[in-house]
Amino acid sequence: MATMSNQNSVIEISKVKKVYTMGTNQVFALRGVDLTVERGELIAVMGTSGSGKSTLMNILGCLDVPTEGSYVLDGTRVDGMSGNALADLRNAKLGFVFQGFNLLPRTSAIDNVELPLLYDRSGRKLDTRRLAAESLGRVGLGDRLDHQPSELSGGQQQRVAIARALVTQPTLLLADEPTGNLDSRTTVEVMALFQELNEQGITVVLVTHEPEVAQYAKRIVDVRDGRIVRDHPVADRRWAADDLRNMDAARALEPDAVLEEAA
Amino acid sequence: MKQSALYKMASTSILKNKMRTLLTMLGIVIGVGAVIVMVAIGNGAQSQIKAQIGGLGTNLIIVMPGSGTPGGVNQGAGSFNKLTVADADKLKHDGTLFSSVSPVVSARLQVIANNANWKTSISGVSVDFPEIRNWTPSSGAFFSDVDVKSSRKVAVLGATVVKNLFGDSDPVGAQIQIGKVPFTVVGVMEAKGQNAGGQDQDDAVLVPYSTAQTRLSGNVRIGQILVSTASADDMAAAQDETSAIMRDSHRLDGAPDDFTVRNQTEIANAMSSTTKVMSGLLAAIASISLIVGGIGIMNIMLVSVTERTREIGIRMAIGARGSDVLTQFLVESIVMSLLGGIVGLGVGYGGAALLGHLTGWATATPISAVGIAVGFSGAVGMFFGYYPARKAAALNPIQALRYE
Ligand SMILES: Nc1ncnc2c1ncn2[C@@H]1O[C@H](COP(=O)(O)OP(=O)(O)O)[C@@H](O)[C@H]1O
Ligand SMILES: [Mg+2]
Repeated sequence: MATMSNQNSVIEISKVKKVYTMGTNQVFALRGVDLTVERGELIAVMGTSGSGKSTLMNILGCLDVPTEGSYVLDGTRVDGMSGNALADLRNAKLGFVFQGFNLLPRTSAIDNVELPLLYDRSGRKLDTRRLAAESLGRVGLGDRLDHQPSELSGGQQQRVAIARALVTQPTLLLADEPTGNLDSRTTVEVMALFQELNEQGITVVLVTHEPEVAQYAKRIVDVRDGRIVRDHPVADRRWAADDLRNMDAARALEPDAVLEEAA
Repeated sequence: MKQSALYKMASTSILKNKMRTLLTMLGIVIGVGAVIVMVAIGNGAQSQIKAQIGGLGTNLIIVMPGSGTPGGVNQGAGSFNKLTVADADKLKHDGTLFSSVSPVVSARLQVIANNANWKTSISGVSVDFPEIRNWTPSSGAFFSDVDVKSSRKVAVLGATVVKNLFGDSDPVGAQIQIGKVPFTVVGVMEAKGQNAGGQDQDDAVLVPYSTAQTRLSGNVRIGQILVSTASADDMAAAQDETSAIMRDSHRLDGAPDDFTVRNQTEIANAMSSTTKVMSGLLAAIASISLIVGGIGIMNIMLVSVTERTREIGIRMAIGARGSDVLTQFLVESIVMSLLGGIVGLGVGYGGAALLGHLTGWATATPISAVGIAVGFSGAVGMFFGYYPARKAAALNPIQALRYE
């Protein structure tokens, strides 16, 4: 395992390429990407549909391996690892949040959140029930432990998914369009949660194509056609918690706005 | 992954599709059930054979009507194809190696006494019978030669018959009615208990064969003649002598035998060959059911893997190894199959009892049936569950997550 220069980097990828071969066709999803993510960052990856954002996230998340290039995650060289080693790494260091929530249906919130702990291979003795309940408490669902996904709103389901991603205390939280299926208010709520977790020290990389969502990040990475075309800090960063407060205030003042929002 | 978590996961997923699980299990239930019945029949036959050899002694020769019908089935109505009292008399008179001879006339009839009635087997025998069966009266006396010669309506009761008709009181001297004919009880045989095949040997009434033939309705032909030899060493010679006397008695000259002479061991073997046929048939049913049941499980597991592709993707994304997914699905198919095996154990147990009741065969389900049920169903679940489980484990996490 090679240890790279920067001790603080959670992610270091360089010259990463990903080519999908479909028969005689070759799709160049990533054409040479370099990216370093430091501990404590909150990065928004932006780009049009088909630009390669998900491909990049899958590689960062050790769900897929690059065709070319190197990847060091938290000091560990990932490219070239076996499937089992990658699975263990996903379990130990990564937390995933998906656009479609991806909770197990007909399975209670606490059972869903407990799941990653059941695949823990560190040999630690874990009180998996307690940890799962605590994680749900952290995302504000301490009173919904036994609800099934079908009994929860979209925002709540995404919170359960975030609790599941957090329960293993990962080094890195990856979210591919986590607000893509949510309405505007719930989007802000979920972003407030990501910001809160980030303030507690968790490194977050999320994909979005909504500029308003990206404004909650500390840094924006623009992807186009399989390349990073712009990488810049957010100048006028917004706080989702503030926005929520303003929304509530506006709502209280203008009863019509409530109707508008509901419609 | 923790064992307890695995079993919890498997049972949850099985319970989510109760009807489907039930239908899938059916093949295994029938297969294991058939295996259990098969084992019960084989086991029962074995102990019955042991009991008969033990109960009747090794120096017993049985003459049956018809040629080569080991079960003692009476073949047709040809007059020479019957056993007669004359045959028995001739065997008794001419035989040099025999100690006792008795014809046996059997019928199942209702016996009535004291307003109670009891259906039991009535055997018409000679005075030699107690010696042949090594069975003596405990009260009163066995009927005499005079009783046989004058076809007197006298009966000796087995202990079970006494218990059912007379309770604890001594029936000697009492009047009973066998079928519609009144008889006087002259004796009670000592209790023999059950034989190892589970048959109650005391559930019998003995009457003179002559009386049985002339007074009782039903099948009053002589079903067999029992001959006991003076010594167990003379068996082969005694069998030859029996055949010779029988041929002489039937005036067969060059014609083939119209009777069959068997010793106890041969009878036992013949009986076990009947049950062997049945066992073979059951083995065929069992193996076909287990294979069909296994394919059913494989089919349902393949459907389940497809339905739960997304779940598999989720599990892999949060850190499940391929082997975790494989184990999960394998445990699920094994648990499903084992459930079928346990139900099949019950079905087999009941089926064996029912078959024993209907056919009169001795069936005994051994304790090892539990192991057989668990072993067979577990093996089927593992064998047929492996392919779907491997398919699940080999899924690509990204494609699985995208699956709609
Ligand atoms: N499994 C795959 N096989 C073939 N092509 C793929 C596959 N996954 C993605 N692609 C292609 O790679 C490119 C990038 O896709 P993706 O990373 O999903 O984009 P984004 O998430 O930014 O919309 C697209 O052109 C897409 O069609
Ligand atoms: Mg995408």
